[in-house]
Amino acid sequence: MEHLSGGDILIRALKDVGVTHLWGYPGGAALHIYDAIYRQEDVVHLLVRHEQAAVHAADGFSRATGEVGTALVTSGPGATNAITGIATAYMDSIPLVVISGQVPSSKIGQDAFQETDMVGVSRPIVKHSFLVTKAEDIASTIAKAYYIASTGRPGPVVVDIPKDVTEPNRKVLYEFPSDVKMRSYQPSDKGHRGQIKRAVKTLLEAKRPVIYTGGGIVIDNASEQLTAVARKLNFPVTNTLMGLGGFPGTDKQFMGMLGMHGTFEANTAMHHADVIFAVGARFDDRVTNEIEKFCPMATIIHVDIDPTSVSKNVVADIPIVGTCNSVLREVMLLLEQSSIEQDHEALKNWWEQIDEWRQANGLYTASRYEESSGDIIKPQDVIKMLYKVTKGKAIVTSDVGQHQMFAAQYYLFDHPRQWINSGGLGTMGFGLPSAMGAKFAFPDTDVACVTGEGSIQMCIQELSACSQHNLPVKIINLNNAALGMVRQWQDMQYNSRYSQSVYEESLPDFVALAESYGHVGMKVTNFDELEDKMRECFAMKDRVVFMDICVDRSEHVYPMHMPGGSMRDLWLSKTERT
Amino acid sequence: MKRIISILLENEFGALSRVVGLFSQRGYNIDTLAVAPTDDETLSRLTLTTQGDSQMAEQIVKQLHKLIDTIKVVDLTEGPHIERELMLLKIKAQDNDSRTELKSCVEIFRGHIIDVTPASYTVQLAGDSEKLDAFIEAVSHMGIMEVVRSGVSGISRGDKFIRA
Repeated sequence: MEHLSGGDILIRALKDVGVTHLWGYPGGAALHIYDAIYRQEDVVHLLVRHEQAAVHAADGFSRATGEVGTALVTSGPGATNAITGIATAYMDSIPLVVISGQVPSSKIGQDAFQETDMVGVSRPIVKHSFLVTKAEDIASTIAKAYYIASTGRPGPVVVDIPKDVTEPNRKVLYEFPSDVKMRSYQPSDKGHRGQIKRAVKTLLEAKRPVIYTGGGIVIDNASEQLTAVARKLNFPVTNTLMGLGGFPGTDKQFMGMLGMHGTFEANTAMHHADVIFAVGARFDDRVTNEIEKFCPMATIIHVDIDPTSVSKNVVADIPIVGTCNSVLREVMLLLEQSSIEQDHEALKNWWEQIDEWRQANGLYTASRYEESSGDIIKPQDVIKMLYKVTKGKAIVTSDVGQHQMFAAQYYLFDHPRQWINSGGLGTMGFGLPSAMGAKFAFPDTDVACVTGEGSIQMCIQELSACSQHNLPVKIINLNNAALGMVRQWQDMQYNSRYSQSVYEESLPDFVALAESYGHVGMKVTNFDELEDKMRECFAMKDRVVFMDICVDRSEHVYPMHMPGGSMRDLWLSKTERT
Repeated sequence: MKRIISILLENEFGALSRVVGLFSQRGYNIDTLAVAPTDDETLSRLTLTTQGDSQMAEQIVKQLHKLIDTIKVVDLTEGPHIERELMLLKIKAQDNDSRTELKSCVEIFRGHIIDVTPASYTVQLAGDSEKLDAFIEAVSHMGIMEVVRSGVSGISRGDKFIRA
């Protein structure tokens, strides 16, 4: 039995819970912890340039691997800078532990230097939070924090530690708990058997079914189970923005993404469906469009680990609370045992109908944007080129805006955890730091950050962290010299009054900027040079490459839901609608 | 409709603020709130009342369940239950007529006069919220100086109980 200081206990507990590295930024209240980090080699610390990026990088690591990400920040501004990262992880159910230094216990509440009530400030955006009041509690709190973050519906957990608790001269017995028991927290996993039986019967009798799945499939590593069930039933599948990769993007049963910028065939099929099998998705407003007009004919089966997600926005006819994995396994088992014969004739007709929709208005079969040529580079074509050059195998992170939607639409993700984006909160600045986290996890995989000149500037300082930690990510900057999505809405709803969405002549020379950080910069202004330059970019395995690609400034993202309409009410281009 | 929600939660730092915060965060109103430790000091029992249809009440109960610190959450209005609220009132009582009227009113409502000055009576009254409302209505013309209500506490009828 060893006696250690609070700072050493914290780092030892992190090691014992399986943490190999953390992202962070030091400051006064965290200095005892930073000294403990300095005196050991088990847990590696990666220094970022802004605390928001520390949390996003931990988040990107978590999304790429499924493990819990860890970030460490100091009190006050360190803690508040971390807030956007925490909220991002909360909205997308990403397991993180964020440790924040706090002013000494005796100073709490006195408006001390760099004091912020971190537990209070973060309360609405964490799964749970702790204020550790004595060194003896650190190890058990860390064990609880990782347990809570990673079980049930995952989410970020904040552990706030006052400076005196990590004080080097006060040593206490170190004991790491062998297991965590909490009487107030016992996440359920298996769904109700009777409900699953009802669901299976409904699925087998369906004539116009759609399987609609979200981030839950990715988080719960349930894509194999999903694929097995979808194949067994021969049902069409659509994924949410968060669920892409949960079902193979190139599979013939895949209809593409649904929702505001989803494909015509996915949205139209949803509208006409008689049975919707929703798994690990939450009927977000960016999916449903006008909720009163949502899927008028459908019997809704909703599987989710979180009871509050069920019947929150859309009332489920057959609610099932359980993990995607366990419920889909049970569904598969019951499907194999069932004697109910599927209505193959109806399904055949349904597939014919879907194929007809695909042929008429499909994103990939009936392209509605003019092709790139010369100095007109279409952003869609850049994503298609990225797909081609990386053979569809890259991990793609994105920021938020038009480029995010183009990436979601045109990079066909065949595997879960290949697509990393801020879906729920929509955080600009997420792309580069989350790419760092993914690259750290998979140094031999191509990691591309698809971004725009707006988003990249929100965390561009991390180009410096990429140098320091040798994280050769590739930045694919779709530069249209404006906040593209804002401008699109201003075109569509504000008569092209571009209020504060255009940069005019203020943008930096991104090539020179990348070079100043010691990276490679490339500017692409002509479509004919795009492929060669992109190949050159990805051939430089050990370099960060910033590809500044000047894309068509007038392009919009389509399809797009018409406000107040149903799922099938879409703009297909600037002039065509359903 | 009025809902009485009973919560058993860990008596820990920040637990109450999480419950209260949830209501403002999700856009629900709290009409009354009563909270205190139980016979087991590691646990707090909290009763709150709110307004909502059954779908909203279900969502509130589920959201409360989701908080890590909550052990049990029950919508008492779903079954037979008892609600009680304590009220302390300070009322002007300066002449014999008003003192007599007030005393009889307090008797009718089975309350107690617990403090007396030449100018005022302080009344203690317990009951369900409607009874307290009715008393306020009955004495309002006499000049109410101060009203303090504890908020509703509730318990289910019969042998069922809520424990960790």
